[in-house]
Amino acid sequence: MVSVRLVDLCKYFGSVKAVDGLNLEIKDGEFVVLLGPSGCGKTTTLFCIAGIYKPTKGRIYFDEIDVTDWPPKDRNIGMVFQSYALYPHMTVFDNIAFPLKLKKLPKQEIARRVREVAKMLQIDHLLDRYPAQLSGGQQQRVALARALVKQPDVFLLDEPLSNLDAKLRILMRAELKRLQKELKITTVYVTHDQAEAMTLADRIAVMNEGKLQQYGPPDEIYNRPANVFVAGFIGAPPMNLLDCSLVERDGRYVLDFTSFEIELPRELGEVVRSRASSSEVVFGVRPEDLKISKGPATSAIKGVVYVTEPLGREVIVNVRIGDHIIKVIESASTASEIAAGQEVWVVLDFNRVHIFDRKTGKLVV
Amino acid sequence: MSKRKFFFTLPAQLPLMSSRRLHRSRSKLSPRARKFLLLTIFLGPCIVMIALFWFGPVFLTVFLSFTDMSIRRAEWHWVGLENYFNIGKHPFTMKVVVNTAIYVSCTLLWNVFVGLLLALLTYYMDERSALFYRALWLLPRSSPPVVYGLLWLWVLDPTEYGLLNQFVLALGLSDKPINWLMEYPMLFIILINGFVGCSFGMIVFSSALKSIPRDYIIAARVDGASEWRIIKDIILPLLKWPLMFVTAWQTLSLLASYEYILIVTNGGPFYATEVWSLFAYHQAFEHLELGFGAALAMVLVIVSIICVVAYMKVFKFRRMISPAKIEIA
Repeated sequence: MVSVRLVDLCKYFGSVKAVDGLNLEIKDGEFVVLLGPSGCGKTTTLFCIAGIYKPTKGRIYFDEIDVTDWPPKDRNIGMVFQSYALYPHMTVFDNIAFPLKLKKLPKQEIARRVREVAKMLQIDHLLDRYPAQLSGGQQQRVALARALVKQPDVFLLDEPLSNLDAKLRILMRAELKRLQKELKITTVYVTHDQAEAMTLADRIAVMNEGKLQQYGPPDEIYNRPANVFVAGFIGAPPMNLLDCSLVERDGRYVLDFTSFEIELPRELGEVVRSRASSSEVVFGVRPEDLKISKGPATSAIKGVVYVTEPLGREVIVNVRIGDHIIKVIESASTASEIAAGQEVWVVLDFNRVHIFDRKTGKLVV
Repeated sequence: MSKRKFFFTLPAQLPLMSSRRLHRSRSKLSPRARKFLLLTIFLGPCIVMIALFWFGPVFLTVFLSFTDMSIRRAEWHWVGLENYFNIGKHPFTMKVVVNTAIYVSCTLLWNVFVGLLLALLTYYMDERSALFYRALWLLPRSSPPVVYGLLWLWVLDPTEYGLLNQFVLALGLSDKPINWLMEYPMLFIILINGFVGCSFGMIVFSSALKSIPRDYIIAARVDGASEWRIIKDIILPLLKWPLMFVTAWQTLSLLASYEYILIVTNGGPFYATEVWSLFAYHQAFEHLELGFGAALAMVLVIVSIICVVAYMKVFKFRRMISPAKIEIA
């Protein structure tokens, strides 16, 4: 097992900067998820770690060894692809054995290790089949087995679950996590699915437009998003983000949304004033941190229910306040008494709000 | 009349009509007749072409091969299998068989291997250079056979002015010009055909290579495979079907081809490059023995059919085109 360090990694395709100055440290045995929308450079980063792409600039270290110029075969990595990339003309056994055959291991050793890893992934009864005779979930396990059989130092996964149906995806997600914890392999996992990232990762690296947006444990990414992008990307439904300006009026701090206003607690207002580059800010609050009150309450804003979206246990209540629609997650029991068109009050908890600088996008408080 | 009436009646009728009735009311044909019509439209032209240009000539050839028809004589008679017996008695038959075997097998090997080599080389090039090289190799195929044949005659000119001789003399490999087509006739016939033929394989293999998912190659590279192992273990097995197709196709087209040989050596010197199809051509159109020529051609047809059946068996054609049995767990 090794630690992986990316130093100022850049990969350009012509004038397109797929990865731009990425610095990332992955500890030995850590499960790191590269998360971002499509085209953010996460797969390119993975391919650079694998050695498939040569970086335009920057270095890649495995432990303290510079592997930037090493070909993929010398890096001892196991890789799983979204398409699984199982060789269609080989049986499951031959697919899994392929990396070992290339290492010229003795025949019995190959057979032993293939059976061992196949047993671990519960595909030992499928060894004689061809990939086309397997279901999606089984193919996925074969791909995992092929990547793990050579006991890699680094395990790279490129959206491995996106081709599975929703139910199987959740099942495999849990299994992947168990597997990684058991084998303690340093793992880099690429996905655009934030739920996958939150459940799997020890640390998440959120990327956008080739740049690292935030790197930290899931709860930190969720609770203290570093900027507007991360705040909007993590969470389903996403954080409510509203443009507003901070106004000081008779020693009170007020957020002016043009169609309504919110008065900030004094300390909060002072912090925002001192840290923000101007009075133009973005107000953010997660739907699950808001509450609905049927009557007036302290630090509550009046609005009208626009539409409700039941999810079973919870309900997303869309409340129109001025020109804005704010999403609130309420328990089904509370929300059952709420109907569209009804007048309600949205209750804020000022400990759970985020304020971003509108110019830089960065978190103020 | 009845724009108005139309508007009134249509909505009233629609819900009553099943889609089937709607179809029928439009086409006025029974489903059987419709199916027949569709089959005729789609398969008809192909069947007509095959009938006109394959079954027709084969039928005529069979007919001719049982006669002593010749352009030199006014009447003709049925002669039974005499023409076929005469093939065995002809003094050059054995020579022609050996020539044909050498020509077809060597040119076939060249066409498949050089085609594959070119496809692989261009696969590893960037797209623009690959396109340029492929276009270059397609030039012989796109130029008229006579022009291409004449170019080779200039290259192989036996005097010191021949292109190849100029090289050989300048490099000091020989002190006098070589009469290439006299010394190595079969070698050059194979090369002349090969330089045209290999582009067929190149095109088929190139497009097959492009359809191999990139992930297979990347996965193999990550697993530690050298480029040679990737070609041997991943690419070649996946090219099995195109390889079979090109081999089968080229065998048949080489068995029947003679135009470049006709232009460059005309079978000479002294039957050194006379292959079966050219032999048939010479007998029929030079010696004007249509019956004997037809018998020779029939042998070619039978050999071709045997080849097709053999290829289908060897390459397990049936299994290859049958659908995969996917099981969902």
